[in-house]
Amino acid sequence: MNVAKRNNVTVTGQRGAPVVMLAHGFGCDQNMWRLVVPALAEHFEVVLFDYVGAGRSDLSAWSEERYASLDGYARDVVEICRELDLRDVTFVGHSVSSMIGVLAAAREPGRFARLVLVTPSPRYIDDGDYRGGFSKADIEELLESLDANYLGWSATMAPLIMGNPDRPELGQELTNSFCATDPDVARVFAHATFLSDNRADLAAVAVPTLILECTQDFIAPREVGAYVHAAIPGSTLVTLDATGHCPQLSAPEATAQAILSFTGAAP
Amino acid sequence: MCRTEQEQEPERAGGDGSLTQDAAFTALLEDSAVDLYENAPCGYLSTLLDGKIAKINSTLLAWLGYTREQVVGRMSFTDLLTVGGRLYHETHYAPLLRMRGEISGIAFDLRAADGSRLPVLVTSAVKTGTDGQPLLIRTSVFDARDRRAYESELLRARKEAEEARREAEEARLRAERERERLQNVLVTLQRSLLPPVLPEIPGLETSAHYHTASPDRLGGDFYDLFSLGDGRWGFFLGDVCGKGPAAAAMTSLTRYSLRAAAIHDPDPVTVLTTLNTVLLERYTGREPRFCTVVFGVLEPEGEGFTLTLASGGHPPALLLRAGGGAEYLPTPGGVLVGVLPHPPFTRTSTVLSPGDTVLMYTDGLTEARVDSGRALFGDGALLDFAARLAPATAKDTITAVTGLLHGFGDGLDDDTATMAFGVPASGAAGKPA
Repeated sequence: MNVAKRNNVTVTGQRGAPVVMLAHGFGCDQNMWRLVVPALAEHFEVVLFDYVGAGRSDLSAWSEERYASLDGYARDVVEICRELDLRDVTFVGHSVSSMIGVLAAAREPGRFARLVLVTPSPRYIDDGDYRGGFSKADIEELLESLDANYLGWSATMAPLIMGNPDRPELGQELTNSFCATDPDVARVFAHATFLSDNRADLAAVAVPTLILECTQDFIAPREVGAYVHAAIPGSTLVTLDATGHCPQLSAPEATAQAILSFTGAAP
Repeated sequence: MCRTEQEQEPERAGGDGSLTQDAAFTALLEDSAVDLYENAPCGYLSTLLDGKIAKINSTLLAWLGYTREQVVGRMSFTDLLTVGGRLYHETHYAPLLRMRGEISGIAFDLRAADGSRLPVLVTSAVKTGTDGQPLLIRTSVFDARDRRAYESELLRARKEAEEARREAEEARLRAERERERLQNVLVTLQRSLLPPVLPEIPGLETSAHYHTASPDRLGGDFYDLFSLGDGRWGFFLGDVCGKGPAAAAMTSLTRYSLRAAAIHDPDPVTVLTTLNTVLLERYTGREPRFCTVVFGVLEPEGEGFTLTLASGGHPPALLLRAGGGAEYLPTPGGVLVGVLPHPPFTRTSTVLSPGDTVLMYTDGLTEARVDSGRALFGDGALLDFAARLAPATAKDTITAVTGLLHGFGDGLDDDTATMAFGVPASGAAGKPA
């Protein structure tokens, strides 16, 4: 199995420098990091990838059984680290990938030096006193939106685009391709993401951890950011002056700067 | 501004006609950008980069049931979406718009002031300043009630089709498993009606083959070879009418009747007469059941064997002689077993000398269809086949006949049992130690 090809791994930046691994969340692919990569690439070896089922990964490697829980995605991360023999990794996970990073670090503790959790939420659904912000019915609505919007996904084009990262011209055929996902795959990822509960995993995080949140984030509100901060011993919480769920897009400089400061690469 | 026209068409000037024309012409000019924006047949709104609504047209306000004051500067575009729609907006729509500068034709449900849902298709483009920095987002909103209803219908139909396909596939797998199970039962049952191996007889080579026409149906052919305890050997080969479980039950009865009768008195005519009595007694009235069978006894004599047999309506045995050539061993007058109260059975006898082989078979062999189904293989063709084969050992004969059966392909639609006995010519094989 060629994991690098399976997960469309891209390595850029300074060869031999400390490794920063950027993991995309539910919805799109590694292109989500495009605006922060240049700043990080000056100081780090930057490893980008697509989870199996997303972007230009090898769709034939996808199975519902494996990717119906976040553990399957954490295995992707660990397998990439093993194949590339990555060590002392600063893992930057956006949205659901922050919890995937927590799981991966628990699986293979030796490889991860730091975690950067960008707009994390350990549980999206309200539960007793815990306020995740969503109900199960809300998640069903999201699934309806997925069904109504294929974003240019087409069964005929998919085999050409997926697993062909060396032929980027194929992707341009689809207007919205970077968020285009097989609807069945997206549904499984949505379930794994929004129905997961990783609150109990937070206390076990044993590496220095930075939590990045936005002032106004509908998906991961500040109340949840505070919860994560309190649950991970010794973690640092930074609130970016940004709105929305994707500070790496809405405030790329501030996001990159926060990561650089945390790792000691920049003041 | 209408003067030019009036001058060119003086005959139409003046009166009410002129006023109507002026109004129509003014309308045609569509020179009010504000009116075009406010009352366009689609909704427009402009939002700041943080999502706050800066401008919205009257059409969209009317659809939503909000006043301008309630919306502008107070609400974000995402405030108009359902919760699921907002999730989709944050995870797909906003990233795509930010990366590409535009996104088109995305389906959302807007929430109106009264709580009702308005299915729409949304297209957005980022307006940038002269330095390329994004300034705001312009969004057009199209009413998609009919279209979305149609798409939901398509989606529902597709889900139903997928469900039906899945159920059909499950049913097919279940049926396949059931069929496999049934075939295993049938194979076991069929095997129980045949000897697992033929006994070894000093000085005689024996061979048999059972050809199954269909794995789904129990055949009614049978054979056996067994010791009579006094150096002699009894054997039989036959075919009960019909197929399936009832035929199998009759086969079982026939086999044990023949073996039991043979222990008591192995005379072939007596054995067949006993079987006739048993079948008549068992299958009476509305359930007539009969069979054809050849029963015989082998008795060592000198270097060979004496073969005595009787036939009840069964195709004649075939002799392949040591010196070449083949001949039938006729048993004239023998009738089906299980039909008449006092059937005539005739006995015949021959000597198997070294190099001689006798072949018995059921009518699947001679009634196989040949010549594209137009003709039966027949007794004559079988005799010619045997004549070309002779001299042949029992094993070679059965091998050749099995090859012949396979060669019939689809022309062979009946089970066929074959059994052969031969006295080895060299005197090496099968001889007593």
